[in-house]
Amino acid sequence: METLLQQIVNGLVVGSMYALIALGYTMVYGILGLINFAHGDVLMVGALVALEAIRLLQIHAPELGLVPTLLAGLSISVVVCMILGYTIERTAYRRLRNAPRLAPLITAIGVSFLLQTIAMIIWGRNYHSFPQLLSTAPLEAIPGVFITPVQITILVVSATLMVALVVLVNKTRLGRAMRATAENHKVASLMGVDTNKIIAATFIIGSALAAVAGVMFSSNYGTAHYAMGFLPGLKAFTAAVLGGIGNLGGAMLGGLVLGLVESIGGGYIEDLSFGFFNSSYQDIFAFIILGVVLIFRPTGLLGERVADRA
Amino acid sequence: MKYSLVALAVLGLGASAVQAQEVVKLGAVAPLTGTQAHLGKDIENGVRLALEEYNAKGVTLGGKKVKFEVMAEDDAADPKTATTVAQRFVDAGVKGVIGHLNSGASIPASRIYNEGGIPQVSPASTNPKLTQQGFKATFRTIANDVQQGLGIGKFAATSLGKKVAVIDDRTAYGQGLADEVDKAVKANGGSVVTREFTSDKATDFLAILTRIKAKNPDVIVYSGMDAQGGPMLKQIKQLGINAKFITGDGGCTGEIIKLAGDAIGPNAYCTQPGLPLDKMPGGKDFNARFKKRFNADVQIYAPYAYDAASAIVEAMKAANSSDPGKYAAHLGKVNFPGVIGTVAFDARGDIKDGAVTVYQFKAGKWEPVQ
Repeated sequence: METLLQQIVNGLVVGSMYALIALGYTMVYGILGLINFAHGDVLMVGALVALEAIRLLQIHAPELGLVPTLLAGLSISVVVCMILGYTIERTAYRRLRNAPRLAPLITAIGVSFLLQTIAMIIWGRNYHSFPQLLSTAPLEAIPGVFITPVQITILVVSATLMVALVVLVNKTRLGRAMRATAENHKVASLMGVDTNKIIAATFIIGSALAAVAGVMFSSNYGTAHYAMGFLPGLKAFTAAVLGGIGNLGGAMLGGLVLGLVESIGGGYIEDLSFGFFNSSYQDIFAFIILGVVLIFRPTGLLGERVADRA
Repeated sequence: MKYSLVALAVLGLGASAVQAQEVVKLGAVAPLTGTQAHLGKDIENGVRLALEEYNAKGVTLGGKKVKFEVMAEDDAADPKTATTVAQRFVDAGVKGVIGHLNSGASIPASRIYNEGGIPQVSPASTNPKLTQQGFKATFRTIANDVQQGLGIGKFAATSLGKKVAVIDDRTAYGQGLADEVDKAVKANGGSVVTREFTSDKATDFLAILTRIKAKNPDVIVYSGMDAQGGPMLKQIKQLGINAKFITGDGGCTGEIIKLAGDAIGPNAYCTQPGLPLDKMPGGKDFNARFKKRFNADVQIYAPYAYDAASAIVEAMKAANSSDPGKYAAHLGKVNFPGVIGTVAFDARGDIKDGAVTVYQFKAGKWEPVQ
């Protein structure tokens, strides 16, 4: 029983990080119909910028406490990633807005390579150990089930940001403009919505979330590396598709489900299959679930058919 | 008449200049990007240092002074890329190849080198299969996984505890080593309570570690690289698992200590084929030269890459030719004092007397146990 509970805790923590990253994919897809493959690499930049900022702060302002240092590093990295997200949209995607859909997709892959290579030149090829400013000492919540303060922070921060984003999209002027743009660019712009600004804002918000996710990812695992964005990016993309790409609630649900499926799959697949499969099928298991969901619900768990674009 | 004499003289000068500087290209290949790039660069630098030193000393083959050049390529630790790179080496006419790092890359590439007639010396691939394919000019300067797995399995079962959990990263290296560990544990009276798998790109191991925790092992053997080993140690601590931890050469680095932070303790062990750098006959001196040239620390493989490059040059010297067809036969017969000890190969092409050393984490670094 405690093993199962532990696996659920593991799954929720990983899943909430996937969910946060998946939001970035799904927002951009919802508005542009573009899969922004550079999103995982924005996460990587976020983690490495925070790492650099924290290192500098530790040298020049050692009197700052642990948590303020982390918050300062996080803020700097969020700002840098917002600028980065805007720059990517402005230079790589905006000019291709009316091009065939394949063109921006290829550009996105190109941006991903570009970011990785630049990061490799700046930060080198080595793994960096990420300063552990929040305690990773395990707390025994229930006998036999452990959770660390970092993991608790991840759960709380992700939940807060997700709620904030939903409120932003559904209750504010900007959110209304975003929904309008998602439904139809041209009509939205005829109604006086500056769609370029709205799309830029989407990228900026998505990149900020990626930066937060990057810092959480690195704080949790204690490492940062120029290629670290690839795998979480891929998983989060899967989560977004699982939940129904373009749908905010779907991204969150997809992230959590994927996290849980991976964790429980990795832990029990051998017992469930009577030793026929083992944990090397952990990822495959997750993709089987994805396949099955897409067969019965082609638009994902919460995906609904949105109005056709002109 | 005068002009033709001048022309002759110029031609002659030109010819002698070519003679003075015949360029011999050697390939160095390892992952220079991706998660093992730091280890790959270590290999490239080892080769570079060896060839630069030979160039400085001056080597004459067949009456001509030769200049060695490194053609460095990136295989991204990927078998497919490795074969592409191998073909590029063959096409470029390199005279020998030092590489690859990963067994999964070395094995498919070795076939292409064999067909292209180019000798290959791997400084890092430890999977036994590499030298069991019957290729005449496939060598390695590092002990193979049969020797290493035996060392890990025996040490784990006899000194650390009887109940062993084995995790491997599903690479040719990780899997090959884990299989040998599995056998050696059983041969030494231990039992393997579970075998789990991850990937060389993963960072989260909580699911498999939670599963392992339920089996309550005395020892966790991790057969993979340092970049995963560091976070894994953290997560072992995080789940409150009280087992010893032992890993092979891929995790036996300074890097894993940095990455594991406060989660590494005296319960962590690792093994290295060969001897520790400061116990290698030429280790201290090599370290100083390496640091001076590259302003970087030796990770693991630089001395093996250095000796692999030296073995090729020594064989060329013995054959008095840089022609692979001529010097390949001499590679199997080299016998010279290298950084890692005496460099000599057995009939298969494995390094002779491949020793394995067990280390324990003590006071901030790996200290040899045996």
